[in-house]
Amino acid sequence: MTQQTVAAPRSGGDPSAPVLEVTDLHVTFPNDRGPDVKAVRGIGYAVRRGEVLGIVGESGSGKSVSSLAVMGLLPESAETTGSVRLYGEEILGLGDRELSKIRGKTVSMVFQDPLSALTPVYTIGDQIAEAVRIHTDASKERAAARAVELLDLVGIPYAAQRAKAFPHEFSGGMRQRAMIAMAIANDPDLIICDEPTTALDVTIQAQVLEVLKTAQRETGAAIVMITHDMGVVAGFADRVMVMYAGRAVEVGQVDDIYYRPRMPYTMGLLGSIPRLDEGAEGPGHTALVPIEGTPPSLSALQPGCPFAPRCPLAIDACRAEEPAAEPVGRTGHLSACIRSGEIEEHGWSPQDVYPLPAIPEAPAAHVPREQRETVLQVEGLIKHHPLMKGAVFKRRIGSVYAVDGIDLDIREGETLGLVGESGCGKTTTLMEILELSRPQRGKVVVLGKDTATMTQRDRTSLRRDLQVVFQDPMAALDPRFTVADILSEPLRTHGYPAGAVHDRVRELLELVGLEPGHAARYPQDFSGGQRQRIGIARALALQPRLIVLDEPVSALDVSIQAGVINLLDELRGRLSLSYLFVAHDLSVVRHIADRVAVMYLGRIAEIGTVDAVYGAPSHPYTQALLSAIPLPDPHKERERRRIILRGDLPSPADPPSGCRFRTRCQKFLILNEEEQKECVQREPQILPLRGPAEDHGAACHYAERVEVI
Amino acid sequence: MTMPGEQLEEEVGRDELGTGTTGESPVRAAGGSSRLSLVLRRFRGSPQSLVGLVLLLGLFLLAFVGPYLAPYSYLDKDFTAFLEPPSPQHWFGTTPVGQDVFAITLRGMQKSLVVGLLVALISTTVAGIVGAFAGYFLGWTDRGLMWLADLLLVLPAFLIIAIVSPLFRGNTWLLFVVLLAAFLWMVTAKIVRGMTISLKEREYVQAARFMGVSAPKIIFRHILPNLSSLLIVDATINVSAAILAETALSYFGFGVQPPDISLGTLISQGQTSAVTYPWLFFFAVGLLIITVLAVNLVGDGLRDALDPRARSRRAN
Amino acid sequence: MTTFLLRRLVNYLVLVIVATSFAYLLAGAALDPRSNYQGRNPPPPEYVVDKTLNEYNLNDKTPLLERYVTWAGNVATGDFGKTWEGVSVNEEVGRRIGVSLRLIILGVVLGSVTGVFIGAYAAVKQYGAFDRGSTFGSFVILSIPTVVIAVLLQVSAVFANDILGLKFFQYTGEYTPGLEGGLLTHALDRVQHLVLPTLTLALTQVATYSRYQRNMMLDVLGSDFVRTAMAKGLRRRTALIKHALRTALIPAVTYFAFTFGVLLAGTTFTEKIFGWHGMGELLIDSISRNDINSVAAVACFAAIAVLIAGLLSDIFYAILDPRVRIR
Repeated sequence: MTQQTVAAPRSGGDPSAPVLEVTDLHVTFPNDRGPDVKAVRGIGYAVRRGEVLGIVGESGSGKSVSSLAVMGLLPESAETTGSVRLYGEEILGLGDRELSKIRGKTVSMVFQDPLSALTPVYTIGDQIAEAVRIHTDASKERAAARAVELLDLVGIPYAAQRAKAFPHEFSGGMRQRAMIAMAIANDPDLIICDEPTTALDVTIQAQVLEVLKTAQRETGAAIVMITHDMGVVAGFADRVMVMYAGRAVEVGQVDDIYYRPRMPYTMGLLGSIPRLDEGAEGPGHTALVPIEGTPPSLSALQPGCPFAPRCPLAIDACRAEEPAAEPVGRTGHLSACIRSGEIEEHGWSPQDVYPLPAIPEAPAAHVPREQRETVLQVEGLIKHHPLMKGAVFKRRIGSVYAVDGIDLDIREGETLGLVGESGCGKTTTLMEILELSRPQRGKVVVLGKDTATMTQRDRTSLRRDLQVVFQDPMAALDPRFTVADILSEPLRTHGYPAGAVHDRVRELLELVGLEPGHAARYPQDFSGGQRQRIGIARALALQPRLIVLDEPVSALDVSIQAGVINLLDELRGRLSLSYLFVAHDLSVVRHIADRVAVMYLGRIAEIGTVDAVYGAPSHPYTQALLSAIPLPDPHKERERRRIILRGDLPSPADPPSGCRFRTRCQKFLILNEEEQKECVQREPQILPLRGPAEDHGAACHYAERVEVI
Repeated sequence: MTMPGEQLEEEVGRDELGTGTTGESPVRAAGGSSRLSLVLRRFRGSPQSLVGLVLLLGLFLLAFVGPYLAPYSYLDKDFTAFLEPPSPQHWFGTTPVGQDVFAITLRGMQKSLVVGLLVALISTTVAGIVGAFAGYFLGWTDRGLMWLADLLLVLPAFLIIAIVSPLFRGNTWLLFVVLLAAFLWMVTAKIVRGMTISLKEREYVQAARFMGVSAPKIIFRHILPNLSSLLIVDATINVSAAILAETALSYFGFGVQPPDISLGTLISQGQTSAVTYPWLFFFAVGLLIITVLAVNLVGDGLRDALDPRARSRRAN
Repeated sequence: MTTFLLRRLVNYLVLVIVATSFAYLLAGAALDPRSNYQGRNPPPPEYVVDKTLNEYNLNDKTPLLERYVTWAGNVATGDFGKTWEGVSVNEEVGRRIGVSLRLIILGVVLGSVTGVFIGAYAAVKQYGAFDRGSTFGSFVILSIPTVVIAVLLQVSAVFANDILGLKFFQYTGEYTPGLEGGLLTHALDRVQHLVLPTLTLALTQVATYSRYQRNMMLDVLGSDFVRTAMAKGLRRRTALIKHALRTALIPAVTYFAFTFGVLLAGTTFTEKIFGWHGMGELLIDSISRNDINSVAAVACFAAIAVLIAGLLSDIFYAILDPRVRIR
């Protein structure tokens, strides 16, 4: 789907010109207390009707700033130069009055976080109707009716009723649909989507991407899709532009970028993604491609290629002058690297370019699972929260069944991945384990000690062996503590000899790959990946045996994430650790875990070895979840048939009877009435699929192995 | 939009979590005491807080060094000059009984400043501790402490202090300070409580808890230090609130009691002759306003310097 | 819902009872109505004084707790007892409440509305002349105690009247006693008396609210939903009024509850200085007259007023913010 017949553009202009053409766009934020921040440094692109351009890059690469600049929505202090042409007409530098005629009519925008992007005090319907009324002279009633139509179009059930709801009453996915409804209200010629699915769960992301495709079909609009996720654009975009440090470093047809990347940064980006479709090759599996270092500061750029300090192929010439994007390989493929030609010539792959670290094997890996010690055992764990309503007039109106009876166990030297979408109860499970107190119901046994019968003294001493690494590396470190203070806190709390603390701190920093000399610095002085390493060092301080990791890499950019995953992998082998790895990203879990448990609405839907669960998922939810994850592989993406789940996660305060998944289950729909009755009436238990010999079970009455990746 | 760089700050803020490009930022790379120096730099960067600070230092000097420079002490009475307007002899004029207005005004200012500082110190300390314990432990601790706060909010402070005021007579004015502080901590305690509840969910606090650190240690080591910016700002604001309250109470005769003098008692005495003998009234009023203004300016500047979120609000 | 509201009302009731009782006990212990009589010339015989004091339940020879029980029993039936001069406290309060409420309501409404608009406009024009001017103005106002504002206004009124050569600004009482003339004359007279006290109260409110609203507005200005509103095609100005200001109003409403106590104290000073016979004046006079029963009644009024302010602010909050609305 490249070029359709050009519909007559509404704003004067040249109909044969691209819908949007950006040339040599620069955005600078003046800073009176230091050097100016050059957020965008001369990018250019064009999109034609019906075309989808993907702009990918990590945070701080300037991708969002450039799109806001196109819309004229940057703060007044930003200095924008270059040219932005809409159907050949210059719109950069137009005043508020002229721009407001274009915004929302010819060009519309979908923002990342639909909760903060919608005004909290007006109903969804009113906000969409407002978008209609700004650009047409529709009556109030007509606009309201149109809002309902649009909500229906983007797949909101009972649209007429839901239009009266406020943003906070919508789920994340529904809010994003409402944003899309607003964006297509006036049949725009171009929709700019700024990370439209980043805040959403994968199954909801799949729904929203589907809606975007529908929207494009309905309006024939061009789409600029901004994202950090190489998977999202693989199946969606026609062309891809990769941004780094405010510049486009590689541009080309989607297949060229994914299969024939010629810029080392793009190559690293592709290599650093843990792949859902590639299983671990037995024990001692391959490491991910880590890109060393961090992106440069946009206020203090050194001369030369901005990627040179992190590039394994960098030579002296790279540091002399910033390379321009030059054609390489097939037409339309541009790469800003002086060694692109060489890469093309040799046909280097990311693994050829980047040196891979060796991952040591865990000593326990050779002992059969049954013979290893159980470090964590959870049986029938239940945690119900009171459900409160109202911020001013607070009162209890029910219970949230956050965790509703789960069983799992971890053996020594093993990693169990606990996955599921937000609200499934995975974090609650983890907190219950960490509390080390008697659960509401069920049993938690850590290293052979039952938390229900533990004394306070037992609990304190057990905390040595059970440690935690949190998601947000900034929030997990007290900003007022130096790194040395942070690392010595657990040591001092547990009576580590005071004289030895200093040496232990240095040792720990070395262990996680940080400079021991940096112990006197504050967490703010480190980058995100480095902070996460400090968090890991703190967890290791007391030489624990079990580490609980709560989304340890999800706040990090992929290139940084790879390094942290490699570190965790390596430490496990060297220190014989066991991990409980909680994550929503199934690709990461496939890479690092031995076993995986999939949670849905407070219960485990499927559990087993990683290869069994990913290779042949048997619970319909696991199947849908796996099929919803976009792969960074355009061919596979185009050929895949996606299972799109219906609706949203039901409220954990009011789970469906029988099987909790049945309200959204794709399998339930094709069952006969008799079979459906079973799902409605009886809650399925986890049953081994192929006899007790194989470590794989699913909680579905009609479990059936299917390959979805 | 009119906020220079605000959006950018947000972008960069997001980066801090993401790739952490700020690791290389020249401001922070200084390492070591970077936070303190950052705060100082921000504070220095705002002219209003500098003006406030200079004013405040000047006023302190005036109040505590000034008396040594003046020809008369606050105890002297010049029987050759009753109700004289300002002159080289009596810089601020004299009272109906021949007291030197300059000397007694400075004496009053000393009291007002000391009362303000002490009240602020006590009330902010109480607010921090009560709020943090209530927010950290919740349950009955919280209910009890917050009920007490509600009760004190509902009680008319002015009335209670006024009733008790005869007790100050002949007694130490420190009692007055304690009483004033007792009615100033509640709102801050509630704010601290709210922030503690959210701080408690912060991962570094949880990390300390899961490490086995005891609750009081967590409160004093992690929670209160992280609220220090709020508490410092609050203490500054309480200085001015206390000075204002002292003035009002003393004005009606319920505050600082003779023989002690404060700006409030002076204003009260001078008020009747504000039109006829303005020097009896306006010097005290002027100094009072400048003092409170200076404290407020410093407080606002500190807030901007300490709270990065409020940077964009700087009033200049 | 009903049980919830009920619980809350019970809690309020307890607070009011405890606060009032505390004030009564404190006043009973600290104040000495007997001295009012003893100061007379010639001093009345002790038995006469005792008899009168007993009648009003003010005799310090009766144990405080016993007096408290008698007083509490009367209050439970809605009778706050007698002043030391034998006037019914209920009547006294009934006369004065209206006076105070007029002043408070006018001051609050005028002050907060003006303050909110000044603050919002200053935020939109951040760093502009208006912003700098209003910020400096509110700083100065917030640095002047209410009593001094009142006195300064009086002093300037004297000057203004002198210069204008007519007595436009009235600064004592609520109206001119014995004024002759029609309705219009009386209305004008009331307004003349109202201007200065209202201004005294409102000025502080304007300053407080404009500072607060400016900060709230600045927080909202950079928010994503204002950007969305502009991305839809709204002009900047419309987006600011319709989306930013509307949302930034919410915290201002909760702020109301916090500032109310300060406002009550301000009303006290204002009434006393401008000679309005309201509750604030009663507060100060009752203490200097050792009038225990009146003190307790004033404390009760203040407690109820603060709680009602809190409740009102909660209700406005729920009206303005759909996120806390109960559906």
